[in-house]
Amino acid sequence: MTLLVTVFAAVISTAVWYKNAPENEMKTGILCWMYWGASLMWFVDAIYEYAELGAEYFSPAPADMLNDLFLGLSVVALGLIIWIAVLLISDPKGVVRASLFRKKKDSERTEGIG
Amino acid sequence: MACFLVPAAEAAVVTIVEKAVSRREKEPETVEMELDGGIEEVEKIPFSRKLRWLSNLLWGGALLLMFEHLWHGEVVPWFPFLTAAADPADAAVMLHEMATVGVTMAVVVTAAWLCMIAAASVIEKRAVKTVPAAE
Repeated sequence: MTLLVTVFAAVISTAVWYKNAPENEMKTGILCWMYWGASLMWFVDAIYEYAELGAEYFSPAPADMLNDLFLGLSVVALGLIIWIAVLLISDPKGVVRASLFRKKKDSERTEGIG
Repeated sequence: MACFLVPAAEAAVVTIVEKAVSRREKEPETVEMELDGGIEEVEKIPFSRKLRWLSNLLWGGALLLMFEHLWHGEVVPWFPFLTAAADPADAAVMLHEMATVGVTMAVVVTAAWLCMIAAASVIEKRAVKTVPAAE
């Protein structure tokens, strides 16, 4: 289930990246690398688990499935947090800088009004 | 148990190599390519950039897998950080897992990266070929 959730996240983030490419203002490439890297690694994990359990691998207990779904969603959330942190720190559009530091003329005007 | 450590170690090595390669690289070679309906002069993809793709895949995957291990209580924020490392019997199982699952993970990610490089090379060659030769 974790693998499935991560693969969906990887496909969606790749589609979003493709839509905006070659512009990379939103840095969605970060999400693609993270989710595809994790998907490949969990795929290998799944193969080893399948080799050990056989067909039983495809019929997990509902409690395990729920836990794996919860884990998958948490992984996606962690990826999104890392992405938004990188986006705000690198600030490719200059939005954070513009909102933190007002131009001198603007601040004088605001003070004049106030 | 700690399979993510193998791709993480590979990621560290690739990052060091990438930095060294990018420092030694000269100006990227330029080629004429059909882009946006017209002929444009573009830079060829430098090898350091291709190495960055691999390090991004490895770091990203290892980071999310580390979270999974934290979730399962296999990684803890105190020494020795890996719960299996505290017991010799568990440590042997952990090392076996790293040698099998961990190494396969690193190999599969590297193989996927090689496929990406091959695809990028084919796209590059095809785009250059479509440009009519200069008179």
